[in-house]
Amino acid sequence: MRWAYSRLCRKAWLRNMDPYVLKTLNSERIARRAAAVVTDLNDGRHRLVREGDPVAGELGDAIANAFRTGKSSAVNVTGREFFINVHLPQPRLVIIGAVHISQALAPMARIAGFPVRIIDPRTAFATAERFPDVELAAEWPEEVLSSAPLDSYTALAALTHDPKIDDFPIKAALDSGCFYVGALGSRKTHAKRVERLQAMGVSDEQISRIDAPIGLDIGASNPAEIAVAILGKLIHAYRSRGNSKQSGAPD
Amino acid sequence: MAINETVVLDAERDPLLTAERWMKQGRHCAIATVVETWGSAPRPVGSHLVIDAEGNFQGSVSGGCVEGAVISEAADVIADGAPKMLEFGVADETAWRVGLSCGGRIRVYVERLG
Repeated sequence: MRWAYSRLCRKAWLRNMDPYVLKTLNSERIARRAAAVVTDLNDGRHRLVREGDPVAGELGDAIANAFRTGKSSAVNVTGREFFINVHLPQPRLVIIGAVHISQALAPMARIAGFPVRIIDPRTAFATAERFPDVELAAEWPEEVLSSAPLDSYTALAALTHDPKIDDFPIKAALDSGCFYVGALGSRKTHAKRVERLQAMGVSDEQISRIDAPIGLDIGASNPAEIAVAILGKLIHAYRSRGNSKQSGAPD
Repeated sequence: MAINETVVLDAERDPLLTAERWMKQGRHCAIATVVETWGSAPRPVGSHLVIDAEGNFQGSVSGGCVEGAVISEAADVIADGAPKMLEFGVADETAWRVGLSCGGRIRVYVERLG
């Protein structure tokens, strides 16, 4: 098939891509941190903006929106055209516990765009037969997370009910700013967990970020429905990144 | 599916990592970026194609329909250092044949690295 094309402009005075901007962008991407390259299409200048950097005015609003949605776009601000190219790390989900809920949650999360890793030291649970096509680590979270640390583009769901397995990764997730931290258990179970986490030095502000009882309140009554409830809350947390706390989060 | 396949960048195929590698090897190159699309476009806004002075390339700005033209424009951009904005659309006389699957228009910005 044929495409017609035209040169809209060719301006010798436009700036070219600054090698420093490219290098900085690549190192941010490798470190799994969000960054945007903002190009002023009137003069060709580039500027690297990291997520959370203050940028004033209408352009700042457009950049904040690009970080939230992950969508790059050309925008017109006060007569100048800017191109905002936003680079977000691939979001992912780490599930603690190779349990029944995880068997439903792992494929659902993957379909929704969150690659999954499951960690459970109990080798009877973490079997390839129970979890085909999922990355499984039959080791303690302490060991796995020391070589593959959590970050702000990672969600963590702790589903074992076992403090020996769940507590450490919950604290690690809060400390590394995971965009979603969910913990399975009744209000009573969670109250005991809060006491243990406080004893480990977790602050009240961090504890308020834990989604517990886990998931949207949709009356979920079996593992697959609970997985849906967790995924709904996780997506909400992902799409409201950068808003103050999760104040608007549905229950 | 291994989580690393999608979570870690692929240094060999990632266009921007390729551009940095080429630059370190002393090769001159251009970066083409999709800055706007209308209708159905095969590659999203923000997609990159990087091209060196010998015409080697990595990445894509379309499903292969416009790469040839972008690569030849990139040679000029590398030679004279003047960025270009290119606009591509399905030619009218063929539009009826291509249908909805590829009836879009795209705007591609081509600039030299350094």
